[in-house]
Amino acid sequence: MKRFLNASLIPLGLGGFVLLMWLILRGVTIDVLMPSGKIAVEQLKLLYFTLALSLLVVVPVFTMLGLFAFRYREGRNNEYKPEWDGSTKLEVLWWGIPIVIIAVLSVVTWQTSHSLDPYRSIDSEKKALEVQVVALQWKWLFIYPEYNLATVNDLPLPVDRPVHFTLAADAPMSAFWIPSLGSQVYSMNGMSSELNLIANKVGEYDGYNTNINGEGYAKMNFKARVMPEVDFTSWTITAPEKADTAGKHMNEATYTTLAKPGLIKTPETYRLAAPDLYDTIVAKYMSHGGASNDASPKKHDMTNMDHNTNKNEEHTH
Amino acid sequence: MDWSWLIGRLSPEYLPKDPVTLGAAIGMPIAIIGILLAITYFKKWSYIWNEWVTTLDAKKIGIMYMGIAILMLLRGGADALMLRAQTALAQTGIELFNTQTFQEVFTAHGSIMIFFVGMGAMFGLINMALPLMLGARDVAYPFLNSVSFWLFFAGMVIINASLVFGGFSNGGWLGYPPLTGLEYNPGPGVDYWIWALQIAGIGSLLSGINFTVTILKNRAPGMTLMKMPIFAWSVLVAMVLVMLAFPVLTATLGMLALDRVAGMHFFTSDAGGNPMMYINLIWAWGHPEVYILVLPAFGIFSEIVATFARKRLFGYTTMVAALIAIMFLSFVVWQHHFFTMGAGANVNAFFGIMTMIIAIPTGVKLFNWIFTMYKGRTKFTAPMIWFMCFAVTFTIGGVTGVLMAVPALDFQVHNTMFLVAHFHNVIIGGVLFGYFAGIYYWWPKLFGFTLHDGLGKLSAYAWQVGFILAFIPLYILGLMGAARRINTYDDPSWVPLFIVSGVGVGVIGIGAGLMILSMVYSIWKRKKLADTTGDPWDGRTLEWSVPSPAPFYNFAITPTVTRRDEWWYRKKDGVAQPKREDYKDIELPKNTAEGVYIAIATGMIGFGFIWHIWWMVAVALIVVIAFVIRRSFNDDTEYTITADELYQLDRKARA
Repeated sequence: MKRFLNASLIPLGLGGFVLLMWLILRGVTIDVLMPSGKIAVEQLKLLYFTLALSLLVVVPVFTMLGLFAFRYREGRNNEYKPEWDGSTKLEVLWWGIPIVIIAVLSVVTWQTSHSLDPYRSIDSEKKALEVQVVALQWKWLFIYPEYNLATVNDLPLPVDRPVHFTLAADAPMSAFWIPSLGSQVYSMNGMSSELNLIANKVGEYDGYNTNINGEGYAKMNFKARVMPEVDFTSWTITAPEKADTAGKHMNEATYTTLAKPGLIKTPETYRLAAPDLYDTIVAKYMSHGGASNDASPKKHDMTNMDHNTNKNEEHTH
Repeated sequence: MDWSWLIGRLSPEYLPKDPVTLGAAIGMPIAIIGILLAITYFKKWSYIWNEWVTTLDAKKIGIMYMGIAILMLLRGGADALMLRAQTALAQTGIELFNTQTFQEVFTAHGSIMIFFVGMGAMFGLINMALPLMLGARDVAYPFLNSVSFWLFFAGMVIINASLVFGGFSNGGWLGYPPLTGLEYNPGPGVDYWIWALQIAGIGSLLSGINFTVTILKNRAPGMTLMKMPIFAWSVLVAMVLVMLAFPVLTATLGMLALDRVAGMHFFTSDAGGNPMMYINLIWAWGHPEVYILVLPAFGIFSEIVATFARKRLFGYTTMVAALIAIMFLSFVVWQHHFFTMGAGANVNAFFGIMTMIIAIPTGVKLFNWIFTMYKGRTKFTAPMIWFMCFAVTFTIGGVTGVLMAVPALDFQVHNTMFLVAHFHNVIIGGVLFGYFAGIYYWWPKLFGFTLHDGLGKLSAYAWQVGFILAFIPLYILGLMGAARRINTYDDPSWVPLFIVSGVGVGVIGIGAGLMILSMVYSIWKRKKLADTTGDPWDGRTLEWSVPSPAPFYNFAITPTVTRRDEWWYRKKDGVAQPKREDYKDIELPKNTAEGVYIAIATGMIGFGFIWHIWWMVAVALIVVIAFVIRRSFNDDTEYTITADELYQLDRKARA
């Protein structure tokens, strides 16, 4: 009787927990599971696929674990073979099945690593919107070089048009992530990372920094505001004018003030008054100190082999 | 007058300011003084000095490791409780402690749990069980063992001293520069972190060498490598990893320290430094480190499942093959910790696939354990319950690990609460559950009485339930966009999940409490729980052939081994009583305090570097070198127990 009670507690407890989670999660947005951009949609599919593949191993493991623990426990007097310690057939089976599963997953991994590579530009008839991202302590500076605009903690984006982000930091390493749209990428001092995303639904999405970069780290959030193309175009026209009226110009001096460690209360919009601001920020870490430009470490860095070496060289020289 | 030549940068401005830290900073010294006074009052100083501090007996060193590990588990656990209490309360406006403290606390939590709980408990169990399992009298280098332990102790003192004076690093447990560089972090916190890890890490490296040699050279006659208990194999593989990986840690921390004290530019953002190189290097150590911790746990489970299923371990040879495969693979996966750093698709895919491949040998081990139970007679004692909890929890952790190994998928979960949940899944479910099982399993061999089984099981259940409550919500939070290491958030829908998680940590706390209770209760009822046979579990390996508690000389007569599970078959064949003439003179290492002195001086080197007290660094370094030289020229390090004495001792122990 006692044993029966013990065993029945497991499904009861799990059921209760699932119910609790269901109650908590009713009507709640789970960004990664409710994607709003093509990249995030593909990543979600990949999540379900990998999970399903894993279950091919997990289900038999849990079944056998429970079954054998129950059947061959002390006192049941089922068959007892204390000397039986191997079976080539069985071992081939459980080396073989995982190998096949991992082989399948490896192929998918290889393909998706390329197709969903953050550096890979997204196929579209429309030309990608260029956004330069600078992580500061503890705010995000977004520069729209084509429109002479700069924003802080506010990222207006047109729907259904690819966006090409170029990211750097003037702060300890940070990470730029909009879970509803997909893929996060680190932003670092003295070099550029890249990220290609597309938003396919109009809406307001939360953006985060996921890598600790000091005290204000947890509050280094922003909003990605995805709007119809017409609204975005009109924003690019009206915003600089508004910024002019408010006297908000993003030049070296404004930037220096902004770059000081601290939080800002409300998002800001500026007219970009220093067109090569982004390049200046990246080059900042390359220009002083003793390193010669030719021996720039970024050029030789193993993790950056495939990309952005050319960009760095540009900034270096 | 300028006293900085004498006291470096020590100054009252580094005294703790916020109430939580202040409380700990006052409480800790009071507790220590209390303990010291109690020792004095009960006149236990010579007992502690002679029996423990200066001992070179691996079993006692193991017990000391385990004692520190349990103490640190409570410290790290209290940290965890504070962190989750903060995130649960974040939106009420109640700030338990400020952001700086929060960040110091999670850095301390991670560093302590890995270096002083994980590594401490691992070396504890290895010291307790390994020589006995090998039929060895001691480890290969008993003195080095003492040095290792005391270096570990010195590291532990340094990491806890930061609480009292100076504060800790806020850079996370792996302290990525440039955040941990001078530019962003000039204070002593990062230096505390560096030197605590550096000193403990050197101790670990020395232990790695010690146990590798012990396994290769000190096995009982007849015990070929393939006749070793599988735990010994898992330790051998883990120790090879220690020897290969820890020098990388030492060098990396050393370079970071040079950046900080000598104005160098290994990892700075400017002047040719490269922080990305640090991240590569630290993970070139960090990933093998995970396997260093978990492989011995696998070994423990292999012993436990075979013992309690009363059946030979299924697929011994493949188990060994799997261990070795994991050993090699663990060195070619480090980049999966930073897929999002912008390496190319080819690089990411390579490391992703290598990572998944590790799932194959790991899965094989799981199948082998399950089939060890098949057609066995499994007795569900506390260690077996830990195994069952492990099998469930670790498998879930394995699945989320495979998810994160797919780079394109990792981009959506990296550095989030999902990641936090994943590695707790494998480290609590794999490493801790394994070590807890080991504690319950080997306790009688060390102390001569078993731990109360019911309380042990209850503790396991509490850990398991607490684990689910604490970490499943974190998986969901990660998918909702919650980054790791946040102390506050805006989204109200995160609140209930953080509350459930906080409750879960509380339940884990109850589990830890039950474990302590089971120890206290068992010590109290030790007569009733006494293990008179030396073999309470009907064991299979040689440690169960000696009386409990194991005598200081381990084996009166060195056993000769002819097969795996030697003791199991000896019991079947009948154990012959040893005759007087079988006993021979044996030599044992003399106690020495030199290990303690070396560690104290090494701790001073660390302290000097942290506070820029350069004379102290120089003096302490000379002291260390002097003691090493002195020890090297000392030939009188062993004493003899004659065959007669041994015969008498053994008769008494077996009576």
